[in-house]
Amino acid sequence: METLKKEKAASTKQSTIRISGAEAIIHCLLAEGVDLIYGYPGGAIMPLYDELYKFQHKLTHILTRHEQGATHAAQGYARVTGKVGVAVATSGPGATNLITGIADAQIDSTPMVCITGQVARHLLGSDAFQETDIIGISTPVTKWNCQVTKASEIPEVMAKAFYIARSGRPGPVLVDITKNAQVEEFDFSYEHCKGVRSYNPFPKPDTKAIEQAAELINAAKKPFIVFGQGVILGQAEEQLKALVEKAGIPAAWTVLGLSAMDTDHPLNVGMVGMHGNYGPNLLTNECDVLIAIGMRFDDRVTGSLDTYAKQAKIIHFDIDPAEINKNVKADVAVLGNSKVTLDLLLPMIKNNKHESWHNEFKEKYKIEFDQIIKNDVYPTKDKLTMAEVIEEINIASGHKAIIVSDVGQHQMIACRYAKFKQTKSNVTSGGLGTMGFALPAAIGAKMGAMDREVVAIIGDGGYQMTIQELGTIFQNKTPVKIVVLNNDHLGMVRQWQELFFESRYASTVMVNPDFVKIAEGYHIESKRISERKDLKSTIQKMLASKDAYFLEVKVEKEDNVFPMIPSGASVSDIRLK
Amino acid sequence: MEKKWFTISVYSENSVGLLNRISGIFLKRHINIESLNVSKSEIEHVSKFTIVVYTTEDWVRNIVGQVEKQIEVIKAFYHTDEETIYQESALFKVASTLLFDERNIQNIIKESNSQIVTVSRDFFVLAKTGRRNEIDDMYQQLKPYGIMQFVRSGRIAVTKSEMKISSLLKEFNQ
Repeated sequence: METLKKEKAASTKQSTIRISGAEAIIHCLLAEGVDLIYGYPGGAIMPLYDELYKFQHKLTHILTRHEQGATHAAQGYARVTGKVGVAVATSGPGATNLITGIADAQIDSTPMVCITGQVARHLLGSDAFQETDIIGISTPVTKWNCQVTKASEIPEVMAKAFYIARSGRPGPVLVDITKNAQVEEFDFSYEHCKGVRSYNPFPKPDTKAIEQAAELINAAKKPFIVFGQGVILGQAEEQLKALVEKAGIPAAWTVLGLSAMDTDHPLNVGMVGMHGNYGPNLLTNECDVLIAIGMRFDDRVTGSLDTYAKQAKIIHFDIDPAEINKNVKADVAVLGNSKVTLDLLLPMIKNNKHESWHNEFKEKYKIEFDQIIKNDVYPTKDKLTMAEVIEEINIASGHKAIIVSDVGQHQMIACRYAKFKQTKSNVTSGGLGTMGFALPAAIGAKMGAMDREVVAIIGDGGYQMTIQELGTIFQNKTPVKIVVLNNDHLGMVRQWQELFFESRYASTVMVNPDFVKIAEGYHIESKRISERKDLKSTIQKMLASKDAYFLEVKVEKEDNVFPMIPSGASVSDIRLK
Repeated sequence: MEKKWFTISVYSENSVGLLNRISGIFLKRHINIESLNVSKSEIEHVSKFTIVVYTTEDWVRNIVGQVEKQIEVIKAFYHTDEETIYQESALFKVASTLLFDERNIQNIIKESNSQIVTVSRDFFVLAKTGRRNEIDDMYQQLKPYGIMQFVRSGRIAVTKSEMKISSLLKEFNQ
């Protein structure tokens, strides 16, 4: 009887092979074009690792030193390639260690699929060894998640996972697979997911809204563009540039929009937000039409919403309907992929220059240059500044490096001063502000762009949150360049304590280890500098190296990042000191 | 902005974990769910959540946007009380002696338009369907005599205007 059933099954499904669930996972990954995954083995995921061993010629697995590192590496890989990053972990603590990276990917719209092992189906709910409700835990921070308890469910769920992670507004997906489902054999066949009945990732562009947007833009005297990561995710860099040039509109970027447009483009006027440039922030409240493209009006961008761009008509281009009118009411909302919608908009846009309006940005830049940028980038004091280090990297790399920054003062300095010619070059934790992001993310970024220079810029605090990933760099000989800007403080918190907590420096002084010795322990060439005379030559040497390189730069301890919009203040109240 | 009662209607796939995903959206915003009902809908294999909240229209719009964003949610709507026809059900368990000893109890049953579901030696059960305030009124009237058990269902509601789910599903699948 059993044989009869099997024969029947075999005859109805012609292109099937009989394999284990674990092997099926590998075939699904290969079918989705995955050739590199990050992870950490453990009990409940061992059947999958056993198959990874057999398939290592086709699918490279990078063993990180902590599951959080696996997620950030997958994110770094996804951010520079545009492909889905994959991270694997076991059940229980392995799975919970993924959560920070998943939350980071969710808020920064990074396509990622996480696969976790789970205790066998018959043990679910029994508080078995390393059992945790990872579906429950990950629900608020995933775009979608799903538990698989039968091998036969694997192909459909995996196909759906990749489709959901990469389509529409991308995000993280977690697939939790019980151990029995990895071991069971079934008749495997694979079909890519072409759609999910209840999910509409590609809203149809509303031509009427686009016409209204064009009318507003054409009639504007002081139009202003703020672009975010939606331009990069939608691959709309060309369209953005064309719009900016055709209509002569000054354009500024959010932290995650950085590198979508050449930083040296004459109409690129800098960064908006808490530590953004003076002109773009101040003139947000003077423009007459604000064109937001692929950005979500984060509070770090807008400051107080009550006083944000109230004088302007707002045009909001975004793919996510939930972002429209969420923080800022749009006069015209254009839903859709930014490449598609901007392509439809462009023919309706009239040529324009707006020179005097653009000059206002130039004037504001002069003020900012004299009061801040000059002292940051070309300091006259003895101690090194973070900004001059970034500037030397700009010069030595010819604006071609991928910069992966961590979170804090060095991140804001990197975003303010790093120069980019190429898109997908700025990798940082924007929405979640995850300290410890940069080192593992740089590993993923390098593996995703082996032909490019990848420089991680990290503070002494964040570096020590994932410092163990030096082991991953050593084991895989990943040629990333690691720059720790060491001010022996949790600098950004220290800055807030100085400005808003009457200089009560609670727990922000760091007594740091010898970072150079630690890197040496991992056989990574390393150097520490504290004097200006050594800066240029050391950075040149670092970038010339074909291997990983660690550079610690001792910088001024009490420098603050300015301009600054204090939390909850208006963009008009941007402080220069 | 003024706080009001809103009924949120969510059409979704019938999948494990979706309730958790939806309730998490309220949790994240520290908004209490006043009543929740999940049932099948007029469309085969499509579930319907009916959620009642007391909040501002800005928040309810934000919540509906986030609910609708969930992969397995087909569409979510929100309506004010005036825009819906809504009912709740309640069961009252009361000691049987009261039915015979207290004349007023019979009046309450008659006037509240409730039904006697069962009568046993020790207790009888009254069922009442109506608006929340009608059930509240009945509760207040019965309370002095002693209520052994009380339970009220979540709100169920249909809207006066159309909710176009079938055509949306077709559009998604094109």
